[in-house]
Amino acid sequence: MPSEIRTSDGELLSVKLKKVERRRRTTAFLLAAPLLFFIIFAYLIPIFQMLGRSIDNVQMHEFLSDTHDVMQTWDGSEMPGEDVTSTFFYELKGLVEEKNHGKIATRLNYEKGGFTSLIKKTARKLDDFDENANFLDQFIDVHKKWGDIEYWLALKRGTDAYHYRKYLTTFDFEQKYDGSIERIPEKKRINVTLWLRTIFVAAGVTFCCFLLAYPISHLLSVLPTRYSNLLMICVLLPFWTSLLVRTSSWMVLLQKQGVLNDTLVSLGIVADEGRLELMYNMTGTFIAMTQILLPFMVLPLYSVMKTIPPSLMRAATSMGATPFHAFRKIYFPLTYAGISAGSILVFVLSIGYYITPALVGGAKGTLISNRIAYHMQQSLDWSLATAMATVLLIAVLIVYWLYNKIVGIDNMRLG
Amino acid sequence: MNSKKSDFVKFEQVDKSYDGKELVVKGLDLDIAEGEFLTLLGPSGSGKTTTLMMLAGFETPTNGEIYFDGRPINNIPPHKRGIGMVFQNYALFPHLSVFENLAFPLKVRKIDKSEVDERINRTLKMVSLTGFENRMPAQLSGGQQQRVAVARALVFDPKLVLMDEPLGALDKNLRESMQYELKHIHESLGVTVVYVTHDQGEALTMSNRIAVFNDGKVQQLSGPNELYETPVNSFVASFIGENNTFTGTVKEINSGSAKIETDTGETIIANPIAVKASGDKSRISLRPERVSIDPNDQLENRFTSEIREIIYHGDHTRVRVNLLGNDEFILKVPNASSDLKLNVGDKLDLGWSSHDCRALDY
Repeated sequence: MPSEIRTSDGELLSVKLKKVERRRRTTAFLLAAPLLFFIIFAYLIPIFQMLGRSIDNVQMHEFLSDTHDVMQTWDGSEMPGEDVTSTFFYELKGLVEEKNHGKIATRLNYEKGGFTSLIKKTARKLDDFDENANFLDQFIDVHKKWGDIEYWLALKRGTDAYHYRKYLTTFDFEQKYDGSIERIPEKKRINVTLWLRTIFVAAGVTFCCFLLAYPISHLLSVLPTRYSNLLMICVLLPFWTSLLVRTSSWMVLLQKQGVLNDTLVSLGIVADEGRLELMYNMTGTFIAMTQILLPFMVLPLYSVMKTIPPSLMRAATSMGATPFHAFRKIYFPLTYAGISAGSILVFVLSIGYYITPALVGGAKGTLISNRIAYHMQQSLDWSLATAMATVLLIAVLIVYWLYNKIVGIDNMRLG
Repeated sequence: MNSKKSDFVKFEQVDKSYDGKELVVKGLDLDIAEGEFLTLLGPSGSGKTTTLMMLAGFETPTNGEIYFDGRPINNIPPHKRGIGMVFQNYALFPHLSVFENLAFPLKVRKIDKSEVDERINRTLKMVSLTGFENRMPAQLSGGQQQRVAVARALVFDPKLVLMDEPLGALDKNLRESMQYELKHIHESLGVTVVYVTHDQGEALTMSNRIAVFNDGKVQQLSGPNELYETPVNSFVASFIGENNTFTGTVKEINSGSAKIETDTGETIIANPIAVKASGDKSRISLRPERVSIDPNDQLENRFTSEIREIIYHGDHTRVRVNLLGNDEFILKVPNASSDLKLNVGDKLDLGWSSHDCRALDY
């Protein structure tokens, strides 16, 4: 019986094996545990908590939970009844006493512009209200906006605990109060443009990096070690310099009175009045990002090319292939793994790039990440910012998924 | 046979230097006959691979000219030379199947599909790999990869095939069987083969002629048995096979024999190969198997030695003795004569003929 096999000291083999294996596994886990906990607490949990904000409206829901409940019976086809307005009055009064009405004013203002002033004005006048008279009329007396049914509809919608409307905004859509989804007016559309521009820049930078990195990597892989080490240092040098410094130096180089333009003018290639616009537009973003992300393309390409024995090309030519044919049929296909690894790295990095486009991009060269930063820092619409970030994250995950389907993540070599 | 050219490939005064300071190949003159299996044999750094690479077109001669089938080829790029090549590590295209690997040289030549199929089938049959068409190189054993590499170099019917240590990565048994296989393929196709190796056993087994390289020069160019039996200088003697040596000075020389006084003061009668006059310094070379134990009176050289070490080798026993001050003198004793009682420290009488004992350069 196989289950009766015992080790020399009389223990059952299966039991003993598990014991030995468990010790090994525990050690392995303990070694990895600090990093695992760090990633979970410092990375995964904050990210998901933050991303949750894109649909989370629980605080508003709790501030105005009674109003929200009462409003569920109101169909929104005409002005709300006294049950709604009175509940809202008492809840708002409670919020004003706790000094929380500012928070709901900001939140409601995202739903519909004008709410900030509306709530603040109403809050000041709440003490004047006659609790026996008609509340709606008194609200309208305080501010005529209360007579507009859209504010009441926005109030109803703005107190849902969860919503997905920020995702619509992300793609320049909006949900009307009747529930229909429409594109926002053309003048206001910006996000789709930014998404498309981001994808275009990411793809373009990836392609430029590929074009520049391929010959360099090939040179690196065939040069004798002492030269290739030197060249490798030149490639990696940017890694040792702060990103901000590199971007700033591009500003020095590219601006209208900058080094590049001065050189071109002094060489007579461009006229003094015709200095090139190399910054605060897409050109600047392209140039700077390509330079900064180049090493991420070089390293995977180099590591793949290093493994291609030179005898393969020689074999191909000895069989009668021209050098170009040998390159196209033999060398190039063998570098696919490096090209794909480098491309995915550069693409994923550039799709979320922030500092460089912010500094050299100007209005025409900003990307979706700059928009996210704007909503985080300026407009303070964190829900929208996190909705955009979530879409960005999902886009990156889709790229990884596609990569895994087509190439296989195991084939990724990063130098 | 008589239509075959004796100078199918011709190296004329070829020099090669990589760094402008040192010549890797020095004034090489070499004729390779059509249909011949010629091996370039030598230690690493002797210039044999460089010679092969110049013939293939991957290196350019610094001086001199190489002719292939009557045409100078110095300025012809490798892909126009039509020379098949088997590389040291096979150089199979890892992303192509066996069939596609073999089809590569044919497609380049725009041969139509039915003939491609036919040629590949024939060639795979020749290397006993029928049925492996769709395998990828990584799915093959070392020996199989080697056969594919050979098949790929032959499939486009080149007149000349170069092989750069093709068996170096195989284990010993496989290497031996592949040696016979390559030899048979060469015999059945009649193709000219230039083969580079540092393994003398391989060279002796397969070649029609062997060019022994050392220090950028061909030391000797001759058939395998001549090379072993009659080396012309001490490098060849020591490089090919096992060799016992003595050094000494020529005392007396006449046709067919020379008296040489060894550094320890004994006199050996030797066959003067590379010594001209008395007073010349000489290195005497003697194959272990040419030494007789308990010699008869006809042998000119007879000495007594002392056994230092006995090593059992299965089919024979190697005995290391001290003879005339040479502590590394090796004897090969066939184990059929196992009645011989050998013990370390025993005295042993040895003798050999003056003909087998070659006085070479110092």
